[in-house]
Amino acid sequence: MKGLRKFILKKILWFFITLIVAVFLNFILPRLMPSDPVATITSKMAEGLTDTAAVQRIYEHYQKEFGTDKPIMVQFFIYVKNLLHGDMGTSFSQYPRSVASILSSAIGWTIALQLPAILVGWFLGNFFGAVAAYKRKGWDKIFMPISIFISNIPAFGFAVIMLVVFAVKLKIAPTSGGYAYDMIPNFSWKFIKSVLYHYQLPFWTIVITTIGGQAIGMRSMSIYELNADYVKYSRFLGIKDRKVVKYVFRNAMLPQITGLALSMATMIGGNLVAEMIFSYPGIGSQIYAGITTSDYPLISGSTLIITIMVLIMTTLLDLICGIIDPRVKAAQFDS
Amino acid sequence: MKNTIRQLFHSPNFVVGFVIFVGMLLAIFLYPIFHPGSPLEMIGVGTFAKPGLYISVYDSVNSETETLRLPDADEKRSGAVLSDEDRVAMIEWFGKAGVDTTNLDASDDAAVLELWKANYDPDKTIKGLTKAKRAYYRRLNEALANNGEAELYVATKDADSGELVEKSEIDKDAYVNTKDVANVKRLVLGTDNFGRDMLKELLAAAKTSLMIGLIAGSIATMIGLILGLISGYVGGIVDDIILFVMNIFTVIPSFVILILISYSLGQSQRGAGVVAMIIGFTSWVWTARSVRSQVISLRNRDHVNLSKLSGHSLLRIIFTDILPYILSYVVMAFILQISSGILAEAQLSMLGLGPKTTEVPTLGLMMSWAQLYSAHMNGSWWAYFPVIFTIALISFSLNLMNTGMDQVFNPALRD
Repeated sequence: MKGLRKFILKKILWFFITLIVAVFLNFILPRLMPSDPVATITSKMAEGLTDTAAVQRIYEHYQKEFGTDKPIMVQFFIYVKNLLHGDMGTSFSQYPRSVASILSSAIGWTIALQLPAILVGWFLGNFFGAVAAYKRKGWDKIFMPISIFISNIPAFGFAVIMLVVFAVKLKIAPTSGGYAYDMIPNFSWKFIKSVLYHYQLPFWTIVITTIGGQAIGMRSMSIYELNADYVKYSRFLGIKDRKVVKYVFRNAMLPQITGLALSMATMIGGNLVAEMIFSYPGIGSQIYAGITTSDYPLISGSTLIITIMVLIMTTLLDLICGIIDPRVKAAQFDS
Repeated sequence: MKNTIRQLFHSPNFVVGFVIFVGMLLAIFLYPIFHPGSPLEMIGVGTFAKPGLYISVYDSVNSETETLRLPDADEKRSGAVLSDEDRVAMIEWFGKAGVDTTNLDASDDAAVLELWKANYDPDKTIKGLTKAKRAYYRRLNEALANNGEAELYVATKDADSGELVEKSEIDKDAYVNTKDVANVKRLVLGTDNFGRDMLKELLAAAKTSLMIGLIAGSIATMIGLILGLISGYVGGIVDDIILFVMNIFTVIPSFVILILISYSLGQSQRGAGVVAMIIGFTSWVWTARSVRSQVISLRNRDHVNLSKLSGHSLLRIIFTDILPYILSYVVMAFILQISSGILAEAQLSMLGLGPKTTEVPTLGLMMSWAQLYSAHMNGSWWAYFPVIFTIALISFSLNLMNTGMDQVFNPALRD
């Protein structure tokens, strides 16, 4: 049990180290650029203004707001101090709402959409992949090319296709939003029904795009395991096929969990763009809104929130993986 | 080497992927030779012209005609005139006039027309219709009645008096051969929201996107290969540091870093090449990881140790004893990097952070334009579907090649 505690502590330590690096990157990247962000913002805000004194005042205001007149280390500490207070600045485009309040309402939508969808896609993908590996002939020949092709349609492209087929042509799903536009979020049955109605299309889009890649991975894993020596030995011993298959898939499944942890970051990034296509009220749409309106605080806040979200999910998956797979735990102690 | 390549072409997956990919390359490079001109030229004035064969009306009027008597010509003519708007208006009129429409199939043009002919009477006054609406129905009725019956003439303006002079009557059975018409343009995929030829633009965009993928993939593979080699072969503290960086960048989404850098750069500085470079610099982690683990497993093999004992230099050991063994993995990683680079560009462009919009089209920019001008809402499938299909086809072919190589290099996966 001591080993397990050490493993968990190590993972949590990693979490915090990565978090600090992520916050630092989020802070430093825009400031490293040759262009001065304050000047960029000022030039966008001051479009059409001819009064140079006013432009100067706008520039100074934002310079103070971002603190770019101070040395970079001091700026970083101010940034971290504000973050710890939950202060990510004020949104330009949705003034006077704070970025923290915009994102705290958006993050729930994103998690409620992506987490179940990725998990369902992962389970279905693993199931199909395992079946394809076990049956081979026929099923495999049809299923594999299809899943390879589908997994190569980008999530946003698939979102557009789903939207056109089900919302525009068949009219069995709404075209945009997370709930009916004339409703105010509350806990009535009617509202929940509307949310579920809007939930389907984005959900299935993510599920289907996740299935393909997972199925391919699981198939190769399973084939690899099915050819392993322990399987042959078990068969010689006369152990029932069903029982052997159970072991095989258990073993093939474990790397798939690690794989999920590793590809979480890429997947969520792609799904955020799909979210934007459906105008789903999550982080993806907020980033898009931020970019189109040059709302710098909103973009910076969104990217930080996504990073933290991915970090938490990856760490959780790593922990689960370590607890159920003795091999991973052993590998962790070696290094 | 020769043998490996021959073996590759025995893998059906690889061959299919290769054929698709080469086919696309041929299309990309041959089409502009036969159809020169800038892909960004706006030939259409309106937005989203449908795919099809466009024949100059002016030239076809002046062309020589043949008389063909086709039995269903009249039917086709009247069917073509009933627009969605008119249909809705007619059904609305039925409702106001109290006509029984329970058995009417609203999408059946012939049935709607028949019911209209049977019931409409311009002199009948119906409550709840404005004067303008009444006039509209009268005009609609006339248009329907005259449809296919009105006589059309070609007239020219007399140079002296300015009067219109009849030149010829247009016969309903007159047909022109498209070969005789001077100006015929086939828009296989219609035009986009700017009035650009979609097919030409799509092929140019595929070329740019492939270039972006190639640059991004090369940069990512180079960085990943070098870091992986150093980290795996040298080991020790260097390995620890590189591994630390790799672990961090595995969990911090490269998507986020891409957004931050692209946004800070500003639109004017983002050429296609710059975007490709940014993508390359943010996506090396996977390659570095797999190269590192391969190198670690090779590091203590006998032939490497023998080289070390013989006093060969580090570079020589890496180039002759390690690289040849991991080359297949590197090539496979490179292929996957190309397709993920194309995808990354498309995602960035969708968010409005893609390359400058004025210079070259990319697949992502085309998607983004189609989305901005809501092509998917107004039924202009040709503006987005071919783009999605092209992206999918490129990465499908690359992935198939990758799978095929995997099967050749990892015998355990072979069928």
